[in-house]
Amino acid sequence: MSLEFSADAQKKIAALCERYTVSGTKQPVVMAALHLAQKEFGHLSDDALRLVASTLSLPYAHVYGVATFYTMYRRDPSGKTTIRMCTNISCMMRGGYEVLAAFEQKLGVNVKTGGTSSNKAFTLIEEECIAACANAPCAVVGTRYFLDITTDQVGKIIAELESHPSPESEVV
Amino acid sequence: MPTEIGTKVVTARFGNEEAKTLAGYEKTGGYSSLRKALAMRPDDIVNEVKASNLRGRGGAGFSTGTKWGFVPKDAKQVHLVCNADESEPGTCKDRELMYWDPHLLIEGMIMSAHALKAVHNYIYIRGEMMREYAVLQKAVDEAYARGYLGKNILGTGLEVQLTVHRGAGAYICGEETALLNSLEGLRGQPRLKPPFPAVKGLFGNPTIVNNVETLMNVPFIIDKGGAWFNGLGTGRSGGTRIVCVSGHITKPGVFELPMGITFNQIINDVCGGVWKGNKVKAVIPGGVSMPPLDADELDVPCEFDALQTDERIKNVMVRPGQQFDLGGGRALKTMAGSGGIVVMDHTSDIPKYVWRIMKFFAHESCGQCTPCREGTGWLEKVSKRVADGNGKATDLELLASIAHGIAGNTICALGDAAAWPMLGFLTKFRPDFEAAIAKAKKGEAAA
Ligand SMILES: Cc1cc2nc3c(=O)[nH]c(=O)nc-3n(C[C@H](O)[C@H](O)[C@H](O)COP(=O)(O)O)c2cc1C
Ligand code: SF4
Ligand code: FES
Repeated sequence: MSLEFSADAQKKIAALCERYTVSGTKQPVVMAALHLAQKEFGHLSDDALRLVASTLSLPYAHVYGVATFYTMYRRDPSGKTTIRMCTNISCMMRGGYEVLAAFEQKLGVNVKTGGTSSNKAFTLIEEECIAACANAPCAVVGTRYFLDITTDQVGKIIAELESHPSPESEVV
Repeated sequence: MPTEIGTKVVTARFGNEEAKTLAGYEKTGGYSSLRKALAMRPDDIVNEVKASNLRGRGGAGFSTGTKWGFVPKDAKQVHLVCNADESEPGTCKDRELMYWDPHLLIEGMIMSAHALKAVHNYIYIRGEMMREYAVLQKAVDEAYARGYLGKNILGTGLEVQLTVHRGAGAYICGEETALLNSLEGLRGQPRLKPPFPAVKGLFGNPTIVNNVETLMNVPFIIDKGGAWFNGLGTGRSGGTRIVCVSGHITKPGVFELPMGITFNQIINDVCGGVWKGNKVKAVIPGGVSMPPLDADELDVPCEFDALQTDERIKNVMVRPGQQFDLGGGRALKTMAGSGGIVVMDHTSDIPKYVWRIMKFFAHESCGQCTPCREGTGWLEKVSKRVADGNGKATDLELLASIAHGIAGNTICALGDAAAWPMLGFLTKFRPDFEAAIAKAKKGEAAA
């Protein structure tokens, strides 16, 4: 199946191509184009990578190399809302792993085996430091931060995200 | 005169929602020195920044004015890139700075770009920071609409372009040459240095990479002068210091503090002491890449030079009796790093915390250099079994020799960033590791 970017995404990509001063290549726009593709198609399938490659006149292998280097690009389908729960040092020291376990239990997932809930509503990720260490333990969900989380707040957070899913799609 | 606790320069707009907008920023004095800066000769701005003793807040503490001076005079095209990739564990200042005061960063970048004669400039913001990206992009759009950015800014004939580039998840992209590769649309792998970016950086052009906080200090240097700014600090470090205090502390937070403040003052006077009335055991002074301080070393000021040279800080050892050599016999103490201060109380399970730090570096190694790729993996594995109570008597020597094999033998400083804290914790908290291993032996004997 061949994919196409929406008119809006095409406009954004065209505008970005003007922002980098190197002549003869659209390569610097590849990261933004991958973000846009992921937003529009949910994940970066081979077809999505091919679309990015042809849009920017880049070799497929190059686009593939970039897409597989960065952790935010998803090659496989995932839940509608992605919860990134930090377990790095400051969060670990204030209960980050316990909060992660509470998320796993409530969502019925295991972060080590993908972390996507069976109803595809959520993907839980064990994240490295998200630069909110002074409010540890914490999680970031798109444009929203959940700070100073205790295990007994986890149910409420999930309920809240169920009624306002996927804040990630607000931004590209 | 050095600042006192409570003096706010860079964080003055924290908590002021209105100041995020261009109108609110201007109402609180924002963009008021921009005309003055644009009327100055670029070299005069560089000299003012040199006189200010502003030092890089991204990790290395290098003199900003000196770095700017490395750009070749005959360069045809120069770039300024703001490093907003903040992901050093324990560090959370740049994210807050961008969230509360996006226009201060933009104003600092316009002034700095003028000083460097840089036309096409970029902010590389960490991919996970979606909220901050939205705030920043909105501010950039406002600045363009107002004529602060673009082709003929404020009618001066000068051109300054600014583009926000989102990362996509990779700690290594905070390393400046990996960041430049990422900006060019490549995998974020560090480049061999030299050439340094100031000579050959983005798209092969001379490029200055500066941290968010570093650039946000520039408008104050222009407004009040380099001498004034230098006077705020101590020794060879001008300005205030923003620290992020986390861990076992009563009042964690991001604080702008006098450059010369000691760790004991930060813990007790600013942050209400160690939590639960506990005693302090260890303090990471500037992000997890930096060797820790122990409880006897906390009267040292949180200042760049002091942390590298103060006699009260013990030298990092490779193993008992063998001092770590930074090169030419220079001893390693620690560094001010990113300002991420992590306080660990007396109940801390040090081997377990060290394992978590090593797990981080193993995950983030880009894999280009064998000592780093293999070494960080081994540090994670061996520190894990020690922490889990499955360690062997030979494991401490093993950890030391792996770390020593990485340090100084890699393309970028991530290798050192893993090796230094490993050796630092082994130097200062050896009994904790020995106890974990003794426990393992006891278990074996009982089984
Ligand atoms: C592994 C690694 C990660 C780094 N991450 C960051 C970062 O997230 N933000 C930052 O400003 N500097 C980071 N640095 C330091 C940069 O390479 C560079 O020195 C800095 O951005 C220069 O800016 P400054 O002189 O204003 O401090 C990192 C360095 C290394 C080796
Ligand atoms: S030291 Fe590690 S992170 Fe840095 S270039 Fe080498 S392998 Fe990559
Ligand atoms: S360690 Fe969790 S946000 Fe920094």
